Amino acid sequence: MKIHEYQAKALLREYGVPIPKGFPAFSRIEALDCAKKTGANAWVVKAQIHAGGRGKAGGVKVVRSEEELDAVAGEMLGMHLVTPQTGEEGRIVRRLLIEEGARIEAEYYVGLVVDRGSQRVVLIGSREGGTEIEEVARRSPEAIHKLVIDPGMGLPDGQAQDLARRIGIPEACVHAACEFFKSLYRAFVEKDALLLEVNPMVLDDAGRLLALDAKINFDDNALFRHPELLALRDLDEEDAAEIEASRFGLSYISLDGNIGCLVNGAGLAMATMDIVKLFGASPANFLDVGGGATVEKVTEAFKLMLANPKVKVILVNIFGGIMKCDVIAQGIVEAARQVALDVPLVVRLEGTHVELGKKILAESGLPVISANTMMDAAKLAVDAARGR
Amino acid sequence: MSILVDKDTKVMTQGMTGKTGMFHTVQCRNYANGANAFVAGVTPGKGGQSFEGIPVFDTVKEAKDETGASVSVIYVPPPFAAAAILEGVDAGLDLVICITEGIPVHDMIDVRYRMMGKKTLLIGPNCPGIITPDEIKIGIMPGHIHRKGGVGVVSRSGTLTYEAVWQLMEVGLGQSSCVGIGGDPVNGLKHIDVMKLFNDDPQTEAVVMVGEIGGSDEENCAGWIRENMRKPVVGFVAGLTAPPGKRMGHAGAIISGGEGGAEDKLAVMESCGIKVTRNPAEIGRLMKSVL
Repeated sequence: MKIHEYQAKALLREYGVPIPKGFPAFSRIEALDCAKKTGANAWVVKAQIHAGGRGKAGGVKVVRSEEELDAVAGEMLGMHLVTPQTGEEGRIVRRLLIEEGARIEAEYYVGLVVDRGSQRVVLIGSREGGTEIEEVARRSPEAIHKLVIDPGMGLPDGQAQDLARRIGIPEACVHAACEFFKSLYRAFVEKDALLLEVNPMVLDDAGRLLALDAKINFDDNALFRHPELLALRDLDEEDAAEIEASRFGLSYISLDGNIGCLVNGAGLAMATMDIVKLFGASPANFLDVGGGATVEKVTEAFKLMLANPKVKVILVNIFGGIMKCDVIAQGIVEAARQVALDVPLVVRLEGTHVELGKKILAESGLPVISANTMMDAAKLAVDAARGR
Repeated sequence: MSILVDKDTKVMTQGMTGKTGMFHTVQCRNYANGANAFVAGVTPGKGGQSFEGIPVFDTVKEAKDETGASVSVIYVPPPFAAAAILEGVDAGLDLVICITEGIPVHDMIDVRYRMMGKKTLLIGPNCPGIITPDEIKIGIMPGHIHRKGGVGVVSRSGTLTYEAVWQLMEVGLGQSSCVGIGGDPVNGLKHIDVMKLFNDDPQTEAVVMVGEIGGSDEENCAGWIRENMRKPVVGFVAGLTAPPGKRMGHAGAIISGGEGGAEDKLAVMESCGIKVTRNPAEIGRLMKSVL
């Protein structure tokens, strides 16, 4: 789960991370109030969307008067912000963060990630703040410093200070940087985060370190123990079809193609997308109905796919293990009863109760194109999508 | 021969009295030597009861001491699954197989930390388990699609593993053992660990390695294969078409920070002597062609 920058900053402030004074605004009037509350005379207006790359796209602006602030807030609220991370359609800006301006002396990158290689949390620092860390990794990998954190010891002062020195923090600020890092780590672990980035962490002209931006992604699997985080979820920032899918326990991701795919298991679902692509077409979605799918879930899955106007054909690829093929077949029949099945349907069933599943489909009278292997299913689906 | 488990393995089921645990315990017991293999269940507070004639114990240690079971399979719900794994580790089991999907990553970091220096091996979590065909099935895979033979299978996926096994059977190839290592970023055995076991197993003649996008486990394993593997390996990586930044179902299946793409993995695997295919429907035939 992702949250907005202003929410991430509020959370980090609770952990003692120094944050510039700022407030979220949902309207122009609020934006002015927020600006006054900061007590500053120059502000940064920041569009709040769940995607990076806002600065270059016009989603971050410095203003030096209330009139300018009002004008910029008016422009930004409601705008379609298109960044390299939003896709072509962009995101509508509904919230702003109005923050006091900072006089920046130096910028750094600080991040925490769950590292698969070490199976631990890794603290990453770089003196090249303000740019994407992936770009720094490509251009100057030697500028990136990593610290694998021992879960038993946490982040000892010595190691944290060492990292601060390696990324070029002035000696006078090393202690503050160490506290900064430790606060981030505490937030990261206690809130079950998977990724936390402060980019940039800045040194201002008063010699203070500040988190000028903040991004946190949380572990969906841990949200059961964080009701306070669930309250921060912004459904406007999520794909409507993906939200609908998650209500039914389906794992669904919208894609750009025209072949709707319904599969059980994440690996097989990805492999099914791959084979569709191999035959020259594109999947409209990733959809894993999971191991414990019911007739109701399968029905909902069909409704989701059929609601996508781009879908020209539906490809069902099921390898029944726990999932029984007859349940899938019943779900297909039920879905066809509830919504008009107006596109060709290619079905490949294999595994547990396969004969029963095929029988249910055959007796339903539905115009199912039946396939015996994954290869046949993909070919038939691609042909059908091309109108053959 | 096989790897990790065979017909003489004694297994306890943690979370046996839950719906999933009950269902799969019956399935596993009905497979090959399962009736002799599944000797105990563990559910705190239900010690002294029994399920289908299998005694239930309060703790893993009691179950181990009373029945001699040295392997456990876990169906405990996600909030309690990490503690269940650690109980198996603390009791000194040889192998813990965690089927549970959805364990918080930070719980697994803690588990891996506490497992350091302990003898227990872990398969999973979020995995189908392990099967040595015609001997023992520990997990949720459909037993009937497997036959004993010479191909080892190691995979991060569940149903894609069944697909690979089914393709092997279509070309007449049985399996020595099939291990689903699971789709989570922080977990137990990795591809490389299972590959080493297959390399040392006399029954295994060749290995199918099924990967997924995310991380660099496949690359690590490929590097080891190049230097050490004495048997042919056939590989596939799911997620060639997955867009970066989107988590494809499995917690571990995400391309992030420019790392973990399928094409890069396949290129490394190929350069290390693994016969790779980009077509998931060709795994069986490709294996047939290298044997």
